[in-house]
Amino acid sequence: MPRTLFDKIWDAHVVERLGDGTCVLYIDRHLVHEVTSPQAFEGLRLAGRKVRRVENTIAVVDHNIPTDADRLNGINEPESKLQIETLEANVAAFGVPYFPISDARQGIVHVIGPEQGISLPGMTIVCGDSHTSTHGAMGALAFGIGTSEVEHVLATQTLLQKPAKNMLVQVDGVLPAGCTGKDIVLAVIGAIGTAGGNGHVIEFAGEAIRALDMAGRLSVCNMSIEAGARAGLIAPDETTFAYIKGRPYAPHGADFEAAVAYWKTLPSDAGAQYDKVVVLDAAGIAPQVTWGTNPEAVIPVTGIVPDPANEPDEGKRAQMQRMLDYMALTPGQKIAGTPVDVVFIGSCTNSRIEDLRAAAAVAQGRHVAPGVRALVVPGSGLVKRQAEDEGVAQVLIDAGFEWREAGCSMCLGMNPDKLTPGQRCASTSNRNFEGRQGPGGRTHLVSPAMAAAAAVTGVLTDVRELV
Amino acid sequence: MDRFTRLTAIAAPLNIANVDTDKIIPARFLKTIKRTGLGKSLFADMRYAADGSEKVDFVLNQPRYRHAEILVAGENFGCGSSREHAPWALLDFGIRCVIASSFADIFFNNCFKNGILPIMLPEAVVGALMEDASLGTNARLTVDLARQVVVRPNGEEIGFEVDPFRKECLLGGLDDIGLTEQKTAAIDAYEARIPAWQPRLHAGAKQ
Repeated sequence: MPRTLFDKIWDAHVVERLGDGTCVLYIDRHLVHEVTSPQAFEGLRLAGRKVRRVENTIAVVDHNIPTDADRLNGINEPESKLQIETLEANVAAFGVPYFPISDARQGIVHVIGPEQGISLPGMTIVCGDSHTSTHGAMGALAFGIGTSEVEHVLATQTLLQKPAKNMLVQVDGVLPAGCTGKDIVLAVIGAIGTAGGNGHVIEFAGEAIRALDMAGRLSVCNMSIEAGARAGLIAPDETTFAYIKGRPYAPHGADFEAAVAYWKTLPSDAGAQYDKVVVLDAAGIAPQVTWGTNPEAVIPVTGIVPDPANEPDEGKRAQMQRMLDYMALTPGQKIAGTPVDVVFIGSCTNSRIEDLRAAAAVAQGRHVAPGVRALVVPGSGLVKRQAEDEGVAQVLIDAGFEWREAGCSMCLGMNPDKLTPGQRCASTSNRNFEGRQGPGGRTHLVSPAMAAAAAVTGVLTDVRELV
Repeated sequence: MDRFTRLTAIAAPLNIANVDTDKIIPARFLKTIKRTGLGKSLFADMRYAADGSEKVDFVLNQPRYRHAEILVAGENFGCGSSREHAPWALLDFGIRCVIASSFADIFFNNCFKNGILPIMLPEAVVGALMEDASLGTNARLTVDLARQVVVRPNGEEIGFEVDPFRKECLLGGLDDIGLTEQKTAAIDAYEARIPAWQPRLHAGAKQ
């Protein structure tokens, strides 16, 4: 029977099928960070258990670390400091490989996995973080888990799971200039909704997906969780193999050739069946901006803020009104031209070198608008170094952007980079939930080029007018 | 984890769709290294004003719902992050059961690991239970996991589906890891088949 990419990876990792369809699923890569692991290590300690396979495991700090240059002198915030120290004690006690902040390889867990060649096609990859879906761009089955499951994987290198359903999102045609993987995935979420992928793994396919570089593909899979999907997947191809070749933890030489031979067997078979299929035309996509407080509340930058009066469902109408009140927007107003206070370029969605280059291309020869604070937070120490070597960093610094150290930063309000109540932010992150970037903060999700355009004009702007 | 068998309790209505994990427990409260003590931060931004005082109109601040153990919620409850702090905060507040027409997958899964029963029911049925819940202390719902029924205050019984394996774990308060450890021989055999090209991680790969 023809199988999908998801089916093939799943089948290859079933250790044992239990009576009711639950599977003991083997996990190839377990990424660990400071926020969702302390209780898991504590559980191991209380039960006298070890980490079953440290060679499948890697730890890094990213969520609550500051991103200022002073951080190497110590973390000021006591609770963050304790959480980081706890991770460091745990990796030492259990023998888990670890990138501390003093290591250039430190960065956002979903940036360093692909960057280091840790995340490879055909693998099962988990992390106590929902944006683990990012690694699906490598052709891996990657999904977020809770802390109880983190403990389960540490102890047994497996999870108890039932297979997800298969969903195909096919994006045909050619993406217009000025649009990116971020715009594709926002348009997809706008089309299928925040629960559109619940219970499914979404395989992204079609001409527009194939044409994306790995950074664009990683952005797409990153946000598949925002459509409720368990994971996102893109079939590995020559673009994937070329990206992986030579990376530190990737296979080398004859091992690489053996790996590629296997990876080429992974793409979905002709005639494979999907439980749900959605087809989009890339040619119809414009740069996207969210207007509300969940990622499906998205419109093209050329659009107007929708009117709840046109929504027939009472519950949805009330939700729209609540979102408009929170965001301080008026139905019918053009989204372009809305003034911003802060611009954030970073996060596991958009902090790779390609993202920073796109921002710098817009910022070149321009300056951050008066009164706007603009932050650029590279996804890893190595991205930061590369951007500095290429001159990308200098362009951004000259344009008045803050150039910071790697971390999750303003994507989520649990480190010093936060919005203050009422501040409006054009952000390249993935969630525009109420309070996500700091209590009372207002988030508009956009691509890196769109964020840079907002920074230099001071208002939400169609980047195509600047290039 | 505590067993879940049969619960008769006050149900609090939270008739909002897409209640995300940042609403259930904002990120700034995730800096703990413990599982306990998060109840006071549950729904923090909806529950407290900027000065820390309680917002009187929020459902769990109303005297009749302070001891609620069941939450009746809108669709797609628990969307967003994988933070298990969300079920930990619910549990620490005293919530043992959440009823909604749909849930986000990771949150749904995390509930079972913590002795919380998430129940998915059709929207119209959730609407009826929402009305029951709006009666506050005048109405209690009973959730009987063994029989897989919710009993309304008027005695009507509503059946619900639950995965048999998860049901067994909840009824017995069973530890997943202990169960999986019984499969160690099969895991050993699997690991012996991992292809030789698959790299092993360590701290010092060359950059």
